[in-house]
Amino acid sequence: MVEFKDYYQVMGVARDATEAQIKQAYRKLARKYHPDVSKEKDAEAHFKEVGEAYEVLRNPEKRAAYDNLGSNHRKGEEFRPPPDWNSDFEFSGAGRGAADYSDFFESLFGAQARAQSGARGFHSDRGAAHRGTTDDGEDHHAKVMLDLEASLTGGSRSFTLKMPELDAEGRLMSKERTLNVQVPKGILPGQQIRLAGQGAKPPGSGGKAGDLYIEVEFLPHPLYHVDGRDLSLELPVAPWEAALGATIKTPTPGGVVELKVPPASHAGSKLRLKGRGIPAKPPGDFYVILQIALPPAQDEKAKAAYAAMAAALPFDPRANLGV
Amino acid sequence: MSPTPDQALQGTLVDESALFSIEDLCRICAIERRHVVEFVEEGVLEVATVGAEEWRFHGGALRRARIAARLQRDLELNLVGVALALDLMDEIRHLRREIRARR
Repeated sequence: MVEFKDYYQVMGVARDATEAQIKQAYRKLARKYHPDVSKEKDAEAHFKEVGEAYEVLRNPEKRAAYDNLGSNHRKGEEFRPPPDWNSDFEFSGAGRGAADYSDFFESLFGAQARAQSGARGFHSDRGAAHRGTTDDGEDHHAKVMLDLEASLTGGSRSFTLKMPELDAEGRLMSKERTLNVQVPKGILPGQQIRLAGQGAKPPGSGGKAGDLYIEVEFLPHPLYHVDGRDLSLELPVAPWEAALGATIKTPTPGGVVELKVPPASHAGSKLRLKGRGIPAKPPGDFYVILQIALPPAQDEKAKAAYAAMAAALPFDPRANLGV
Repeated sequence: MSPTPDQALQGTLVDESALFSIEDLCRICAIERRHVVEFVEEGVLEVATVGAEEWRFHGGALRRARIAARLQRDLELNLVGVALALDLMDEIRHLRREIRARR
């Protein structure tokens, strides 16, 4: 069954909207739902729908043909195009590469229109026109969230990738597949993993499958803060450890180390452990940022210690404030 | 083509040391050569091998080129707008990472 699609409703414009109004509506919706910039849920699916509606309504010939179906169809209702419904129209779509359109679109404009009209909103970067004479499948792209440990030690992780597509009835569906991937050690946020042959299947029997490019971003880590290839840790120290210097056990990605805190350190002091960041090429550094933790003055003994310190140290923490 | 769950796929790391030719870029991002030339001229993409006979691009160019091509096509942006949007998107990414790290 092919469901009728109300392109005017998708675009939020009246049936008698001008070309300028349609263009304006498209631009607004495209910005709202563009998968590269949108934070909306199901942005990609919405974007495809809007792209298809615009593809029809922006083109005077297609729009006239669509309008010719009459306004008594309802959204979602079963649709069968009348025979010869578009026999008087001549389609002259300008090619921008083919996209995935709903069955409704294809029942109206056919595979020919599909091959020659715009590639809006489909993010496998389809574009037969751009690929020249290749028989190979397209390259696909995806983005995943990765734990920092996967980059620190390497290892396999499984990712479930969703790909929005229109099912046989023109409904937006999300197709899933799970891939178990060996994560290259030292991968940095924003970098990609190329999986050869995991893109689209070749269109014919001759070519080879496209590749899949997975861009990674790190999940927040409980201890370490990632900055490019460098890692940092906020390490709490006691006031006397900072003031007098100390050797302190510190977690690092490579295991616990004995860290030498120099005397006269202060809050925010940064200690660098060279090459102990993300094991990229070249490896990043590991920074320890000192935080001074104050012991609570809960009992008489602790209060006495603070009082002794106050008596012994001519210290004014507000010397710079002019009070 | 789909692997068994216990068999991990071996991937190649696309980092800054991976260099891509203009043909690679066109194929992977499904764009035309003239787009790449325009992107370079407008500063959307940087050539990694300045002065060399053949252009080569760093791994990061793959992401930028793809997004640039989509923004240009889908939002009908001109190249200056694309370059600006990409720079702002980079900044947003950076800020998001900072925020995540501080939570």
